Amino acid sequence: MAILVIAEHDNQSIKAATLNTVTAAGKLGGDVHMLVAGAGCSAAAEAAAKVAGVAKVLVCDAPHYETQTAENVAELVKGLAQGYSHVLAPATSAGKNMLPRVAALLDVAQISDIVAVEAPDTFVRPIYAGNALATVKSADAIKLITVRTTAFDAAGDGNAAPVEAVAAGADLGTTALVGREITKSARPELGAAKIIVSGGRGLGSGDNYHQLLEPLADKLGAALGASRAAVDAGYVPNDYQVGQTGKIVAPQLYIAIGISGAIQHLAGMKDSKVIVAINKDPEAPIFQVADYGLVGDLFQVVPELTGAV
Amino acid sequence: MKILVPVKRVVDYNVKVRVKADGSGVDIANVKMSMNPFDEIAVEEAVRLKEAGVATEVVAVSCGIGACQETLRAAMAIGADRGVLVETDVELQPLAVAKLLKAVCDKEQPNLVICGKQAIDDDANQTGQMLSALMGWPQATFASKVALADGKAAVTREIDGGLETLSVSLPAVVTTDLRLNEPRYATLPNIMKAKKKPLDTVKPADLGVDVAPRLTTLKVSEPPKRSAGERVADVAQLVDKLKNVAKVI
Repeated sequence: MAILVIAEHDNQSIKAATLNTVTAAGKLGGDVHMLVAGAGCSAAAEAAAKVAGVAKVLVCDAPHYETQTAENVAELVKGLAQGYSHVLAPATSAGKNMLPRVAALLDVAQISDIVAVEAPDTFVRPIYAGNALATVKSADAIKLITVRTTAFDAAGDGNAAPVEAVAAGADLGTTALVGREITKSARPELGAAKIIVSGGRGLGSGDNYHQLLEPLADKLGAALGASRAAVDAGYVPNDYQVGQTGKIVAPQLYIAIGISGAIQHLAGMKDSKVIVAINKDPEAPIFQVADYGLVGDLFQVVPELTGAV
Repeated sequence: MKILVPVKRVVDYNVKVRVKADGSGVDIANVKMSMNPFDEIAVEEAVRLKEAGVATEVVAVSCGIGACQETLRAAMAIGADRGVLVETDVELQPLAVAKLLKAVCDKEQPNLVICGKQAIDDDANQTGQMLSALMGWPQATFASKVALADGKAAVTREIDGGLETLSVSLPAVVTTDLRLNEPRYATLPNIMKAKKKPLDTVKPADLGVDVAPRLTTLKVSEPPKRSAGERVADVAQLVDKLKNVAKVI
C-alpha cells in the first residue's frame, strides 16, 4: 500500500520540514504520495512534484483550506487515509496540531515524533524529553506518524511526479483565522539553519541579547535561538526557544552562550554536530555535552569572537 | 460557564529519569511525582477565568491509578471546584484518555476544555486534539492568550515562526503553551480547603470505554551519550578549532 505525506506549505512553496518527512516515508516500503491542501496552491503542488521520491502529488484546492485549519484539513485527510498504510506529517507546530485529530477520527493511535523506522510497524521515539528512547509497535491498520525532522535527511529534488486533483472535504466552519504575526527576519529559520547562535540567562537582558548575539549571528549566517530561561525572562519571543518545550534542532554548529544547560534545553540541541559552549561557570552542565568549551565572560568573549570569524 | 481541565500525574520535571537495566521502561519507583506542568498552566487559566467572573465552575479530571487523587487535590488547591478520577491500573495511551474525557464531557457538558499541550513523560502532544475531534468541536492548541466573549474564544497560538490568533466557537478545546500564564503556588489554607472539596471516582467500564493500549512498547533504551569535548583557552583557539578541525565555519 502507498504512504501519504501531508505537505506543509504556504500555498506558494513547500516547507523544508516536508522534505525530511518524505525521507522517513521512503523507509516504510511503498509508493509515497504527497497531499497539498490549500487555496490557490498550484505553485506549492508544482514544488511538491519536484521532490525526489514522491510518486504522486494529490492537490486539494479549495477556499476553506486557505489557512489550513486543523479541523478542515483533518476531515479531508480522514477521507483520503483509507487507501493508505501510513499517513505522515512533520512534527512541526502545524503537523502536531492537525494529525492527532485524524487519528481520533480514524480510531487509531498516533506515533509522535519518530526518530527512526525499525520496521513498517515499529518505530523509535524519544520520551521524557529525549532522556530515553522507546521502540513501539503499532497494531493499527493505518499508522499515523509525526516525524522529528532533524532525525532524517531532506529529500532532494529533480523529480517530475504527476499531480492529481482530489475533491475537497466539508468546510466545518468552526474556526476562523483572525491574524498571524510572523517574526520577520533575514536570518535562516531555526529548524533549518546550519549554524545556530543561542543565548541564555547569562546575557542578563533582552538588550544584551540583541547587541551581542545579532552581530555574531549575522557574520556566521546563523539563526538565533534561546533557552527557556531567556524566553521566560522576556529577552526574546517564544519562537526562539530551543528545548523540550520549544524547538528541537540539530545544526552543524550550535553555539550556546550564557546557557547553563538544563536537561530541558539539552533535549532540544544535543544532536547538533558540533556544540560550542561559552559560560563563565566552569561547572555548568552545558560543558558536559560541548565539543569545545570556553570558560569566560561572555561580554568580552562574544565581541571578540564576532571579530575573529 | 463550566470549564473542564484534565490533569496528569507525571514524574516531576526536575527528576532525571533512569532507564531500567532490562530495557522494559524507565524507573519511576520512589521518584517524585507532580502534576504535568502544562496541565498546571491549564488549571491556572481556568481558575483565572473563574476569578474574572467568566467561568462559574472548574472541574479537574484525572485518568489513571488511585494516586492521581493527589494530582486532583493539587488542582483543587489552585482553585478547581471539584475533581473526577477515572480510576484504572491499565497503562493509558492518549487515544484511550481522549475517549475517557469524551465520556466525562458528555456527562458534564462543559463549555470549554483546557488541556496541557503535552505531558512531559510520553511527550505525545495528542490528547487535546483527539478529544476535540471526538467531540466534533474546534480546537486551539499551543495557546499563549485566551479571551472569551460572545460564545467564542479568541486564542493566540504559538506557531513556527511567530503567533496566530484564531476565533473558535464554543464549546472548544484549548491546549496550553508555556507563556499562557505563570501558575500560582498553592497556599497552605487552600491546600487544606482542597481536601474537603468533592472528588468522584468512576471506572472506565462505567463510562463504556475500552482503554486497551494500541501501541506496544518493545523496549526502552538510553539515548546515545554525548561526551564532553575539550576546553579551549581563548577565542583564537576556538576559531582555529572550528575552522581547521571541526570545519564548520
